[in-house]
Amino acid sequence: MFDEYTMSELTSILAMQGFAGLILFSVLVLMALGLAIIFGQMGVINMAHGEFMILGAYVTYLTAKLFETYLPSLFDGYFFVAMGLAFLASFALGVLVEWCMIRFLFKRPLDTLLATWGLSLILQQLYRTIFGAREVGVTLPDWMMGSYPLSETIEVPINGIFVMVLTLFISLCVYLLMFRSRWGKQVRAVVLNRPMAGAVGINTEKIDRYTFGIGCGVAGVAGSAFTMIGSTGPTSGQLYIVDTFLVVVFGGAQSLLGTIASAFTISQSQSTLEFFLSGSMAKVITLLLVVGILMLRPQGLFALKIRH
Amino acid sequence: MRNPSDLRLSNAGSPCQVSGRRLAVKALCALPVSLLLASHMAWAAPATSEVNTTGLAVTDDTVTVGILHSVTGTMAISETGSVQAEKLAIDQINAMGGVLGRKIEYIQEDGASDWPTFAEKSKKLLVNDKTAAVFGCWTSASRKAVLPVFEQYNGMLYYPTFYEGLEQSPNVIYTGQEATQQIIAGIDWVVKEKGAKTFYLLGSDYIWPRTSNKIARKHIEKLGLTVVGEEYYPLGHTQFNSVINKIKLKKPDVIYAIVVGGSNVAFYKQLNAAGIKLTSEKPLLLTISVTEDEILGIGGENIEGAYAAMKYFQSLDNPNNAAFVQAFKDKWGKDIVIGDVTQAAYLGPWLWKAAVEKAGSFDIDKVRAASPGIELTTAPEGYVKIHENHHLWSKTRVGLAQKDGQYKVVFESADLIEPNPFPVGYQ
Repeated sequence: MFDEYTMSELTSILAMQGFAGLILFSVLVLMALGLAIIFGQMGVINMAHGEFMILGAYVTYLTAKLFETYLPSLFDGYFFVAMGLAFLASFALGVLVEWCMIRFLFKRPLDTLLATWGLSLILQQLYRTIFGAREVGVTLPDWMMGSYPLSETIEVPINGIFVMVLTLFISLCVYLLMFRSRWGKQVRAVVLNRPMAGAVGINTEKIDRYTFGIGCGVAGVAGSAFTMIGSTGPTSGQLYIVDTFLVVVFGGAQSLLGTIASAFTISQSQSTLEFFLSGSMAKVITLLLVVGILMLRPQGLFALKIRH
Repeated sequence: MRNPSDLRLSNAGSPCQVSGRRLAVKALCALPVSLLLASHMAWAAPATSEVNTTGLAVTDDTVTVGILHSVTGTMAISETGSVQAEKLAIDQINAMGGVLGRKIEYIQEDGASDWPTFAEKSKKLLVNDKTAAVFGCWTSASRKAVLPVFEQYNGMLYYPTFYEGLEQSPNVIYTGQEATQQIIAGIDWVVKEKGAKTFYLLGSDYIWPRTSNKIARKHIEKLGLTVVGEEYYPLGHTQFNSVINKIKLKKPDVIYAIVVGGSNVAFYKQLNAAGIKLTSEKPLLLTISVTEDEILGIGGENIEGAYAAMKYFQSLDNPNNAAFVQAFKDKWGKDIVIGDVTQAAYLGPWLWKAAVEKAGSFDIDKVRAASPGIELTTAPEGYVKIHENHHLWSKTRVGLAQKDGQYKVVFESADLIEPNPFPVGYQ
């Protein structure tokens, strides 16, 4: 299929395709991090993850409107404010949901699945009532649109680079929080042995509440970032939920590093296959690959060894 | 409720200049109708026993119809406009005195984006409510789900969406375009006007894009031109960077895109971000799936410069459309946009009214017999006529997407295009 192209054309396409894979990787990591925290650390299957993301997207939409109307001179920078607000809104909603729903269901993981699924339906209808059934368009500042030419033939989408940088930043924050802070140590202690952690004086309820909140908050930031590449509507969250679970389960539920490794594997195989086959076939083969590996390694790519 | 006197209908006959709709209807029942509507209705409201011999929900002064769309779930995003258009048409018809002297009342059911629910609700509308007609459905899947119900209980469905064709039911009137009407004129235009030689076909992976691209490919090959790529992505796919790279590699003259739903937004945003400027002459992008409704989500700045081939654009410049857009905005808010399907949904109640009046009866069989040949000179898209095969003769237009989310009409087929749901040589 490459006969009629020159070497330089092929090189630049390969480079751009490499970037496409990296962008997909960043998108998957960003999507899955919040869920990995909640599912991995707390064992809660949060089916409303997509709706928390869309909450972030709607907050971004509102912030954009606000800046357009009242602060047009600062519009170029609104996106950073929007991401901060998206985190706060999703975090607050997450804490609230944990307080009035999740904490009663800790010992019943399958019930959390049903309860959070119900929550996702409620949130969808709420968005529909407030913002209307139609998708809303989020206006981006000019500097975030278009592409950056690396050479004459290689162009990289700016929003892709933005998502990559953001993913790196969020991953670093999560790493510091989980593995380098006192709070992270407490979270890990609760994951390993809840009664014992309680016995040494850790307030496990509080830890649970904030863990859930932070997972939701990260989802909100992801949703905010995705207004650059995807749609913002009441049911848009559904587009992400399957891929998100795929990444987390494939990576090994309790390992954040596993989530990243799995996102990398899936994104690279997906984007390579997409280039040589059609989109639907690429998806089928990727899923078959994942199923195959999970059959051989049911615990996922990386698994924490826990003494029960 | 707004004042009907500013509807500025351009329909045949005199619009009622009255100050309250309910009052008008009462007056119509009480007074000899011929006095008020002398110009286009020569009879007084005929007896119910004459116009309704099959037990439909028709009384001496009302007739009940059904509206069946998704107002919850994934499809609510698309079907909301159709519901609004149908309600507007019903209001306007009532303001003019209704159908055969009877005011239209509607029962609205929610299909909830779920095909079995559509089937169940359609059965309710036909069996329990005895509705005289149903305006509804959007996706082909929902239409296929209700079709057996309509055929079994002999109902009449007015279906608004442009779709893949390959269907012709005695119980459905298709008010949107079938695939050949939309596709062939559009491709002919891009070949003739823009000198396009190579095409890249792209779509979401389900029946409508696949069937449509099949017709497009046959037509392109008939013209002696080349298809350099054909690709489908799962519904809801949000990462198009790989296919965009492939498009960059193949350098087609035209990207022929039939992407739908949330994927649409992702596709155009990423296309723009990847530096493929649609405003430049090459590659051109021609789509049959993006109406003004979708642009709301995509954002005008991301799709500016793309071409769309369909039968209606909100910016169409004719008196019918001006009145329609004004009435629609008055009823549903000034920021609202109107897409192709919304306009097609608006035609449903009007076509039904015309058929009922021609038949002089609400009976489904008589309405069906009267339907072929029904003309509507007042349609926002211009003149339309029902074909023997229950689809509409209509023109096809090509619009150029503008930054403000509207289309500028750059081409209009000279004649009405005959609907051909079973195109020979295209399957």
